[in-house]
Amino acid sequence: MLQCIRAFFAARNVQEVETPLLSHASGTDAQLAFFTSTYETPPYSQTLFLQTSPEFAMKRLLAAGSGSIYQICKAFRNGEAGRFHNPEFTILEWYRVRFDLAQLMEEVEALFDILFDGRLNAPQRVSYQTVFEQYTGLNALIFSYTDYCTYANQNDLSDAIALCGQNHALWLDFLFSFCVQPYLGKNGLCLVYGYPACQSSLARLNAENPLMTERVEIFMNGIELGNGFYELADADEQNRRFDSEIQIRQQENLPVAVKDERLLAALKNGLPDCSGIALGLDRILMVLTNSTAIADVVSFDITRA
Amino acid sequence: MAVYSTNEFRSGLKVMLDNDPCAIIENEFVKPGKGQAFNRVKIRNLKTGRVIERTFKSGETLEGADVVDMEMQYLYNDGDYRHFMMQDTFEQYQADAKIVGDAGLWLKDQDMCTVTLWNDAPLAVTPANFVELEIVETDPGVRGDTSGGGGKPAKLSTGAVVRVPLFVAQNEVIKVDTRTGEYISRVKE
Repeated sequence: MLQCIRAFFAARNVQEVETPLLSHASGTDAQLAFFTSTYETPPYSQTLFLQTSPEFAMKRLLAAGSGSIYQICKAFRNGEAGRFHNPEFTILEWYRVRFDLAQLMEEVEALFDILFDGRLNAPQRVSYQTVFEQYTGLNALIFSYTDYCTYANQNDLSDAIALCGQNHALWLDFLFSFCVQPYLGKNGLCLVYGYPACQSSLARLNAENPLMTERVEIFMNGIELGNGFYELADADEQNRRFDSEIQIRQQENLPVAVKDERLLAALKNGLPDCSGIALGLDRILMVLTNSTAIADVVSFDITRA
Repeated sequence: MAVYSTNEFRSGLKVMLDNDPCAIIENEFVKPGKGQAFNRVKIRNLKTGRVIERTFKSGETLEGADVVDMEMQYLYNDGDYRHFMMQDTFEQYQADAKIVGDAGLWLKDQDMCTVTLWNDAPLAVTPANFVELEIVETDPGVRGDTSGGGGKPAKLSTGAVVRVPLFVAQNEVIKVDTRTGEYISRVKE
């Protein structure tokens, strides 16, 4: 699989890079918990964070003029362990300069065609709003508490009401996870684009409909395999989103995040127009080998690491 | 009582949910890459036996339930209650028909069974997987028949009715699987 990926990008003139796993700054996303470590250089010691994805470092390379790049590396997400999660996992992340989301989706489809040796059903591209309505009958972009509650009550999911309350983003996470995602991408890719704005912190807003973002998620056999964006290049907007996420973390008493000023400086310097995506390689290997648990495709999962 | 987080929900863990003691059957971690982490949990209500599915935000907690399974000897039925005894302490417990449920069909005096206690009171009774019971009523045995074929109903000393092969006769003792209610074999005295 790795050879196949490297050959794919070599043929497309995308350069392989390596960036640090340890960083002085962390992601701010309240939904991603980071690992913290301590860098000891007596008499000093400094907190370093294990990356939750290589995104920030790779964007700094892009801003420095690297051109299109890809990386295969480890990423770390604290507290995530289950059938489809291991706190340490392998990411394939790549950025394509001057690509919009549609071009990136095309490239993802081409990569999967090679990885699966042409055995997949034709890829399906569908907007979040369409697929959400198809499976739930609900409008994903405009939140109606009564409609959402009625749906939950009728579908034996009444616990969603107490759990999600008036939180639109939480409702979408809940309903998409349990009522939509399991049915996506039977033996083929399903690319869901146009995520609601409340669901994505790093994507650009859609130029025509600000309720939607330029974000795409990749699914196959009901498993989430990756997430991509038409990247936000506006340093001020990025800074605002960092601050609002840091505030959310405070409200929820989550560990304090350290804003990546070096990324912001790089964005100020100018991030080229680009799209990027991260794929979970362990999960792709699960699908390739028909495995039911991530523990089956890694040498030692966290319970045995 | 201890408090358990969704991360600690393992199959068999006993917790309180909606004021009823429950046992965790299955716990699946579900998390969208950029979204809220949930735990989808299959739970058996130990009072009703019903299995339900519930979703929690990861990290939410439930109070543990003081539920333990004890091996006890079934003593007798006084009409209203069945009585059980711990073999080591001789402590006795009583349970009404609602608690005993279908287990009553398989309980013979002096047999061992599992009594589930909640806050030291019987919550459920589970008979041994295999019990040996006498047939008190069945059609006469037919010689030469083997265990194949349709069989016939036989009423056992505890009141249970099971299908037995035609050659099995009244007053014989048979072995039955209580989980399926199926005849296993004759028991030679």
